[in-house]
Amino acid sequence: MRALFLIVRRSLRQHALSTAVTVASLALACGLVTAIFSIERQARGAFGGGSGSFDAVLGARGSQLQLVLNAVFHLETSPGNVPWSLYERVAADPRVAAAVPYAVGDSYRGHRIVGTVPDAFALSHGGEARFVGAGRLFDPGRREAVIGSAVARRTGLAYGAHFQPAHGVIEAGAHDHDEDFVVVGVLEPTNTPADRVVWIPIEAVFRMGGHVLRGGGEDYHADPSQPIPDEHKEVSAVLLQLKGGMMGASLFREINYQQKEATLAWPVARVMAELFDKLGWMHRVLTMVAYLVVAVATGSVTASLYNTMNERRREFAILRSLGARRRTVFAAIVCESSAIAFAGGLAGLVVHAAILAGASALVRERTGVVLEVFAAHPVLWLAPAGLVALGALAGVVPALKAYRTDVATHLAPTS
Amino acid sequence: MSAASDSAPRGPVLVVEDLAKTFTAPDGERTKVVDVPSFSLAEGEQVAVEGASGSGKTTFLHLIAGILEPDSGSILIDGEDMAALSEAGRDRLRARSIGYVFQSFHLLQGYSALENVLLGMHFGPGPDLGRARSLLEQVGLADRLDHRPRQLSVGQQQRVAVARAVANRPRLLLADEPTGNLDPSRAGEALELLRAVSAEAGSALLLVSHDRGILECFGRVESFEGLRRAGEVSP
Repeated sequence: MRALFLIVRRSLRQHALSTAVTVASLALACGLVTAIFSIERQARGAFGGGSGSFDAVLGARGSQLQLVLNAVFHLETSPGNVPWSLYERVAADPRVAAAVPYAVGDSYRGHRIVGTVPDAFALSHGGEARFVGAGRLFDPGRREAVIGSAVARRTGLAYGAHFQPAHGVIEAGAHDHDEDFVVVGVLEPTNTPADRVVWIPIEAVFRMGGHVLRGGGEDYHADPSQPIPDEHKEVSAVLLQLKGGMMGASLFREINYQQKEATLAWPVARVMAELFDKLGWMHRVLTMVAYLVVAVATGSVTASLYNTMNERRREFAILRSLGARRRTVFAAIVCESSAIAFAGGLAGLVVHAAILAGASALVRERTGVVLEVFAAHPVLWLAPAGLVALGALAGVVPALKAYRTDVATHLAPTS
Repeated sequence: MSAASDSAPRGPVLVVEDLAKTFTAPDGERTKVVDVPSFSLAEGEQVAVEGASGSGKTTFLHLIAGILEPDSGSILIDGEDMAALSEAGRDRLRARSIGYVFQSFHLLQGYSALENVLLGMHFGPGPDLGRARSLLEQVGLADRLDHRPRQLSVGQQQRVAVARAVANRPRLLLADEPTGNLDPSRAGEALELLRAVSAEAGSALLLVSHDRGILECFGRVESFEGLRRAGEVSP
C-alpha cells in the first residue's frame, strides 16, 4: 500500500497541470450535481412549508398558485379582490380557527406594502413579532408601518423614519402617494418572504389617496372624515388557519365548487408542490446536464491518464524490473484516477458552496427565502463517493494499458 | 571500500541449464539469441561475461532476472527455478533475490534518489529508510538524498542505481554494461564501488560488458560466445 501511495503521489506531482485541470473539471461536475439537488430540495422545503401557520388562502376567483405566490410569498400580482363581507363570513365560519385579511397594491422602493391587521403577526411570526431594538406593532388607526429586516437593510429605513408609499407594485415610475407613514418597528430576520414586506394597517390601504374600493360593486373613495362602510371594503386575500384537514376539505369543496365567488387555495403546501411538479422537467434537464458534465469530466480522467501511458511505459517497466507485479501497476493507475476523483469530489464541495452562496443571495433577494450552503442532503456524500467510484472505473482502461506493458521491450536492451 | 575476492565459491546461487530463447522477426525469421547449456555462479562469486554488442548478453540477463520467459531450460536461483514460475512468482523472486543495474540506470525520474532506493524495497522485504539512507551515504550521496535523477551527474545516477540494486540484499546482482555510460576514469571507480557494495551485501555478481578494461578486473571472465551451445550462430 505504501508503494502504491508513493507511486500515486509522485505521478500526481509529475503531472500536476493535467491533474489540476482534471480535478477542476470533476469539481465543477460534482459541485453542479450537489448544488442542483440541494437547491431543489431546499426550495421545495422553503416554498412548500413557507406559509407559516396558515393552511389556506382565500382570494379572487382564479389560480390557486397565483393566490399563494401573491399572499404567502409576496410574488406575482394579485388575481383581484374579494368583498370584505366574504372575509367576515369566512372568519366567522366554525371550521376556521383564524383569518387574516391582506390588502396589497402599493410598494416602497420595490418592496411590497401589505395592509393587514395586528393579529397577522401573531400567526405569521411564530406567536409574536420580534423587533430589532425598540419597536411595536402599528396602531390600526394610524399611518404607521412595521418593516421586514430586508426592507430595513436595503432601503435604510429605521425606527422612526418616515416614507411615502408608491402606487403599484415595483413598477418603475409609479407615482408616490401623499400619505406619510412612520416606521414604528423593524422586525427581526425570519429568513422568509415576510422579511421583504412593509406592513401597514389595512385601514390605511383603504384610505390611501387614489385607491378605489369596489367591495359593494360600485366605485367608492374613502372620505378621510368618515368611517368606511364595510360593504365597500375589499381585500386582496385572506390567510386562513383551519381547525383541521377535514375542515379544509369541506371548505375547499364549498368555496371552489359550490359558491364559485372566490378561490380557496388549500393546502398551501400542496399548491406549491404542484408548482414544483410542473417545473420538474427543469430539474430533470438540469440534472441531465450535470450528469453529462460528470460523464465528460470522468472521460477527461481516462483521456488524461491514457495519454500519459506511452510516456510512462518505461516507468512501469522499471517498476516491474524492481519486482512490482502487473496488478501493482494496474492498481497504481486505478488508485491514481481514484485519487484525482477524490480530490475532485472534495473541491466539488467548494464549488457547491460557491454555487449555493450565489443562488442563496439571488433567491433571498428575490423571495426572502434563505438557502443554506450545506443543508443536510445525501447527495453531499453520495456525489463525491460516486465520483470516486467513477474515477476508479475511468482508470481501468489506462490501467489495462499499463498492465500490458512489456518489461523487456521498454527497458531497451543495449546489447 | 575494497573489492571482494573474485571467487569464493561456497554453493551455487545461480545454476542455468539448457537455457534457450528464440525471437521471431516481423518477417518471420526466427533467431535463437540465447542457447546456454550450462552456467553457474557460486555464492559471493563475481563473474564477468564478455561479448560483442548485440550478442544476446542482455537477453541472457533478462532471462535470469525473470523479465523474459525462456523457451526452454531452467534457471535455478537458490534452488528455485525461475523458468518454472508463474509471472507473479518470477516478480516475487526477482524482488526478493535479484538486484539489477542497467546500463542506462533506469532511475525513476519523478522520484528522489532516496525514493528510488526505497521503492525497490517496497516490492521486496519492505521499506527500510535507515538502510536506504545508509546505502546512499555509502556510495557518497549523503548530500543528494532528495535530488532527482536529472539533478545528478551521470556518475551520481549510476551510484543511485547501484544502491537501489543492492537495497534488498539480493542473492544475485546483475549488471548490464554498468559503466557503459561513464568516461574511462569514472568507469574504474564505478566498478570498484559496484564490486565492493555487492560483496558487502553478500551478493553474487554477474556483470556483462564488452569493455576490456572492465573485464580485466575480474578473476573469472566468461565469453558469451563460449557459453553458447557449440554450432549455434550468434545473431
